Amino acid sequence: MTDALLSVRNLRVEFPTRRGVLTAIDDVSFDIMPGEVLGVVGESGAGKSLTGAAIIGLLEPPGRIAGGEILLKGERIDNLGAEAMRRIRGKRIGMVFQDPLTSLNPLYTVAQQLIETIRTHTNISEGDARKKAVALLDRVGIPAAARRIDDYPHHFSGGMRQRVVIALALCAEPELVIADEPTTALDVSVQSQIIDLIKEICAERGASVMLITHDMGVIAETADRVAVLYAGRIAEIGPVRQVITQPEHPYTAGLMGSIPTLTQTDPRLVQIPGAMPRLNAIPHGCAFNPRCEKAFDRCFKERPSPLVRNADGRKVACWLYDAIALRAQEHTDG
Amino acid sequence: MAEALLKIENLTRYFDISKPFLNRLLERDEKQFLTAVADVSFEIKRGETFALVGESGSGKSTIAKMVVGLLGASEGSIEFDGHRMTGTAGTEMRDLRRRFQMIFQDPFASLNPRWRVGDIIAEPIHTFGLLKGADVTNRVGELLDTVGLSAKDAEKFPHEFSGGQRQRIAIARALSSKPEFIVCDEPTSALDVSVQAQILNLMKDLQDEMGLTYLFISHDLSVVRHMASRIGVLYLGRLVEVADGKRLFSEPQHPYTQMLLDAVPDLALSGRRRKPVDGEIPNPINPPSGCAFHPRCPLAMDRCKIDAPHRVDTATGYAACFALENDIKKS
Repeated sequence: MTDALLSVRNLRVEFPTRRGVLTAIDDVSFDIMPGEVLGVVGESGAGKSLTGAAIIGLLEPPGRIAGGEILLKGERIDNLGAEAMRRIRGKRIGMVFQDPLTSLNPLYTVAQQLIETIRTHTNISEGDARKKAVALLDRVGIPAAARRIDDYPHHFSGGMRQRVVIALALCAEPELVIADEPTTALDVSVQSQIIDLIKEICAERGASVMLITHDMGVIAETADRVAVLYAGRIAEIGPVRQVITQPEHPYTAGLMGSIPTLTQTDPRLVQIPGAMPRLNAIPHGCAFNPRCEKAFDRCFKERPSPLVRNADGRKVACWLYDAIALRAQEHTDG
Repeated sequence: MAEALLKIENLTRYFDISKPFLNRLLERDEKQFLTAVADVSFEIKRGETFALVGESGSGKSTIAKMVVGLLGASEGSIEFDGHRMTGTAGTEMRDLRRRFQMIFQDPFASLNPRWRVGDIIAEPIHTFGLLKGADVTNRVGELLDTVGLSAKDAEKFPHEFSGGQRQRIAIARALSSKPEFIVCDEPTSALDVSVQAQILNLMKDLQDEMGLTYLFISHDLSVVRHMASRIGVLYLGRLVEVADGKRLFSEPQHPYTQMLLDAVPDLALSGRRRKPVDGEIPNPINPPSGCAFHPRCPLAMDRCKIDAPHRVDTATGYAACFALENDIKKS
């Protein structure tokens, strides 16, 4: 496991408030291998974006990393100073945010923004940087890149702007790209274009991707592995095909059932009762226990840790799969 | 059953987006219009769910607003249960208004934060003078119960509820005037999937219980497939295809519908290689000539650039496309 590009170990993110400390991310661990696309899904408030922000050192105060470590190629990056982190951000880890309008500066042309970013991270002349920027824009599919590079962000449509943001994230050739809901603000037809682009271009450059989204469909199409977050904890993590076709955690199963699909025949959707708990009211034991049909005594007392299910690295945080629990069940059944 | 509850004919809406008069005079600019909805006609039968799908800027919400009367139509007519809505006024209009309601997209914006939930739900009851005194409170309690909240919640304020619960309150408010027809404008797009499933199930249950008719507007094709009995596909303000619910997905006729279906992420992991989608929705201020879809259409012919296609009947409903017209002539 030492060859992981990014290793997150027991990450804990807290928000101190006047009424006590809220734990937004609680004991989250995962690895991203070189060239791998890891999907991170969850509903709003599950801690998806915070995980991304914690990795890249952009947690907004009072949020803080209260425990655990983040390793990039074996080096700790969670305790670096602002200056050292700034050099990693953009250079080694690129970011694509949800809203392409707010991640570009409206007062500078696309050329100025790209050239500035390229020259911050690599030592090349302005002319070379411009050539590189044009080539990048061309690669991300902006027609007539050489002419459009001098346009301002507002001259571009939403999909085109997101392409510019992708170019910006990739211009220093990072090893990891964190894409936080890159397609949520876009229409379906454009969404599929952007997903394909991210997938292709990262594969081409050997960059790993951490794709944060609430859309299981996007994950199914793009990711190699997926981590399902619930209330700041990992409920299930594993290869995409396994998690989607045979979800094991009751939350993942409910989530998959509640998504209407184009091939579904059942007139009713599976529904998970209730809603995700607020951060100040996370239940004792398993965070999912009030909404879980299969919850039993142990779920209310002890918090399940991720249990390894198979050799593909699939882990499920649910007592149902604990050996003791399984044996006990057989007892009552037989 | 076959009787049409809502009949829309040649509905068109322009928006005047010209610069102010003085700027126009100085800069010698013409008046500019944006055609948000162009010549749209469809019928909704009693008890069915008719869905409108389309990408942003396709005119879905503009149609919804015109149907409930929040926006006037520039041309064309809307008929509700045999009454023409344009030109109806006074008590007759008031009586019609009671019979249709609307659920909005954003439950954080559609509920007044300074009103108690009970007052929010009772507002239509008071407006139409349906009940008085203690009956109102009882009815509000009943409604809250119907949508899966408790009667005690009437005392609370909207901020005490989550997004899904707020959308339930919005549904209770829509139901309080005992409407027959509800326009739902992206009712679940602000919600998480697990909550979306709860709301969609609730809406289906209510339809079965009360015989409601829905005009369901969404950009999410899988949600639409789940909810609708018939579907209309909009592109740049034009209705390109209308078809029976499930058949739109199994036998899409119009090239735009096919493209849209291809773009939906595949959750079944069938490994289907989808056709790459080209281009984006054009600017509605200067829509392409002829068929608005022709610059992105794989089947476009010369004729598509000049003439706007008319409605042709297809196996699953009707569509507006010259390529389909030719197919039908040939066969």
